[in-house]
Formats: sequence, structure tokens, C-alpha cells
Amino acid sequence: MSEKFFSKKNMAIFKTPLVDNNPITFQVLGICSALAVTVQMRTALVMSLAVMAVVSLSNVSISMLRKMIPSKIRIIVELTVIATLVILVDQILKAFLFDISKQLSVFVGLIITNCIIMGRAEAFALQNKPWPSFLDGLGNGLGYGWILMTIAFFRELLGSGTFFGFQVIPDSLYAMGYENMGLMVLAPGAFILLGLLVWVQRTITKTVSE
Amino acid sequence: MHSDAYTFRFAAIVTIVCSVLLAGAATILKPRQIENEKLDMKKNILVSAGIHSEQGEFSRSEITDLYKKYIRKFSVNKEGVSVPEAEAADDKETDVLSLYKYEKDGKISAYIIPVSGKGLWSTIYGYIALGADCNTVEGITFYKHGETPGLGGEISKTWFSDNFKGKQIFDSAGNLVSINVAKGKYTGSEPQHNVDGISGATLTGRGVSHFLKTELEKYKPFFANATHHEGDKE
Repeated sequence: MSEKFFSKKNMAIFKTPLVDNNPITFQVLGICSALAVTVQMRTALVMSLAVMAVVSLSNVSISMLRKMIPSKIRIIVELTVIATLVILVDQILKAFLFDISKQLSVFVGLIITNCIIMGRAEAFALQNKPWPSFLDGLGNGLGYGWILMTIAFFRELLGSGTFFGFQVIPDSLYAMGYENMGLMVLAPGAFILLGLLVWVQRTITKTVSE
Repeated sequence: MHSDAYTFRFAAIVTIVCSVLLAGAATILKPRQIENEKLDMKKNILVSAGIHSEQGEFSRSEITDLYKKYIRKFSVNKEGVSVPEAEAADDKETDVLSLYKYEKDGKISAYIIPVSGKGLWSTIYGYIALGADCNTVEGITFYKHGETPGLGGEISKTWFSDNFKGKQIFDSAGNLVSINVAKGKYTGSEPQHNVDGISGATLTGRGVSHFLKTELEKYKPFFANATHHEGDKE
């Protein structure tokens, strides 16, 4: 290996998708699942971990095969690799985290259609070596994950008054007439939060895409 | 540029490797997954009957132990007469209904009836536990469904199922009215037959109301027999 594992270039590959080129708030990919699984933090966390595992492993496998994959069928090969990984994750969840896999229901399977994973395979893994591809996948997975967790934090707190399932809003406040915000439990609540996040992010990084 | 023959060969190898991987994982994990599902069903039977774990969360062995100790499965025919287990297994075609009883200190504490039916997107499976009077609801659980998480999916949460406790499925005239899931908060005059719905999940609630009634209807002859015999003994 001519280049160091944690060289500046590699760290940049890992860091840019966290904020500057975030898959959700900048590239606006993976919105469907960001809305669907963010009612509670527990499900959002498992979903984030699942996506992180799938995107980094698919990036590594596709990067290793990049010189062998015939360009004519590359999309199908990418999809086969991704689908295999997603089904593996789903099977493992069913065997070891049965309750959570029940809550995530169809959304684990739908990771296959998450544009972030396909996008990283096409845009990055096909042109780069396995290690940078792994970092790119991990970075994108984390970038996706922290946005999910942020949205889930606010939705769970405002919508159900809980944090990871523990009640944090005291009963006395409810007695005084405080009510959970029903909107936050529904998809529009996630849309509004996501919009605010995109706004905040673009104000800070001063990136405007036309 | 790769040749066509190479493309085919490559596609075949990728497919084979992926399928072997998945088949292997599925075979290895299958026993554990089936066990999980069985445990989950048993857990739900226990919870619906109001049996709780001492530690808050059930451990795997605790579920099996408690289930063995308290729950008995049995079957009844269309007339509500119980049939031996072997016979019930023999003719699957006939209308044999299975249910569970919860026996505590030699007395029947609850009958647990499996219920299932269409929600909004999916078939919902659950258990409803009725007291020995076959009227008062001891508890209800929904353990398998594909409703929207956070909306219809909330039916499996305790805040929703707790509402069913103490409700009655028969009215004072002895008609089976079942339990209706209202749209939003229930404000009518029959709180004993209605529970609050989930906002944003009216259609799931409607499905639940509908299949609870049809499922309970099937067991009506059994309810009549069971309460009748109770009367004889006393």
C-alpha cells in the first residue's frame, strides 16, 4: 500500500459526507426511510446501523470487483450485491434482535432501494480502491445515521415525550395541560424537521446548489 | 471491453455466490428465527392473560416455564364442545377452533382466543383473553402485523391494548357486541364496549373492530357452554 490508511485524503473521504456532502441534507437521498423510521430513536438507531453496515460492505465488495465487473451489467451486479447484504442483515436481525426487527418491519428490506447505497457504489466504489471505498461507505452511513437520530430525537421527544423509550417529560407537566404533539408522530412532522435541518446545514456551510 | 461470454460467466458466478451465501445464512439462522416466533407467540399469550414477568422483561426461559405452568391449549368444534387434541389434528378441514386456557390454582382464570384479520395494509394477528365469565376482557395483544410503524403499528403498544382491559363483549341483553375501536377519543354512551382509537390510524382501528367481532362470533357456542357449565357446578 503506497498510501497511509489514515492519510489526509482518506480522512477527507470519510468526513465530507458527514456534513458538507451529507447524503440526506445535501444530496437529498434516502428521504423515504428518514421519514418512516424516525418516530422512535431505537428503531432509527438500528436502521442507521443496518444502513451503515450495508453501505460500507457493498462499497468494499463492489470496489474489489470493480475491474472484473462488465460495464454492461454493472447496475445489476451492484444491485445483486446490495440485495444479498440487505437480506443477510434482515435475517440476522430476525434471529438476534427479533423485537426490533418486528418494529422495523418492511423498512429493512427497503434498504435495497435506498438511493444512497446504489449511489455510492456507482459514484465511488467503481472507481476507487477497497479501503477508501470502505471509508466512503462508513462516512455516508454515519452521515445518514446522525441525521436520522437527530430527527428521531425531536420526533420522539415532542411526539411521545420520551427518549429511547424512557419518559422524560414529567407527569406534572402533563397535569398542567402540556400535550404531546401529534404532528411529530406523523410523516409531515419529519418533513418539517428535515426541512429545518437542511436550512440550518446550508446556512452554516454556505452551500447553495442551483 | 469484456466479451459477451465473459459477461455471462461473470453474471453466473455472482448469482451463484450470492445465492449460496443467502441459502447458507437462512439455513443456519432458521431454527433460531422459528424459536423466536414461537416464543413471541407464547409471550403474547402470557401477556394477554395478564401474566407478567417478575423482572419486567421476560427472559427466554421464563416464557417457556410460565407457559408450561399456566397455559393449556385445547380445541372446540363448531358447537362449542371440546374435542380431543388428536382428533382436532386429524381433520384440519373441519371447523375446529383452537384456544388456550389459563389455569391458576386449579381454576380457570381466563380463556385466550387467537384473533386475526385485515387491518389497513396487512393481516393482524393477536390474542384476546376473556375472564372465566367469557365476557370481561382480561387483556389483548397484537403480535404480528404490517401496519405503518408509529400509526397503525401502535396497536401492539401497551397504551393501546391496556384500554381493552375490563371491557365487555356482551351487552346486558346477552348479545355479542364485541369491542369497537372508536375514531379518536371515545365520547359516546357505551364505554364498556368501546376503546379510544389511534389518531392517524382510523382504518387500522376499523379493521380491528371488524375482525374482533367476526372472530368472537365463531366462539359464541363455546362461550355459552362454558358459562353454562360454570353455573352447574355452583
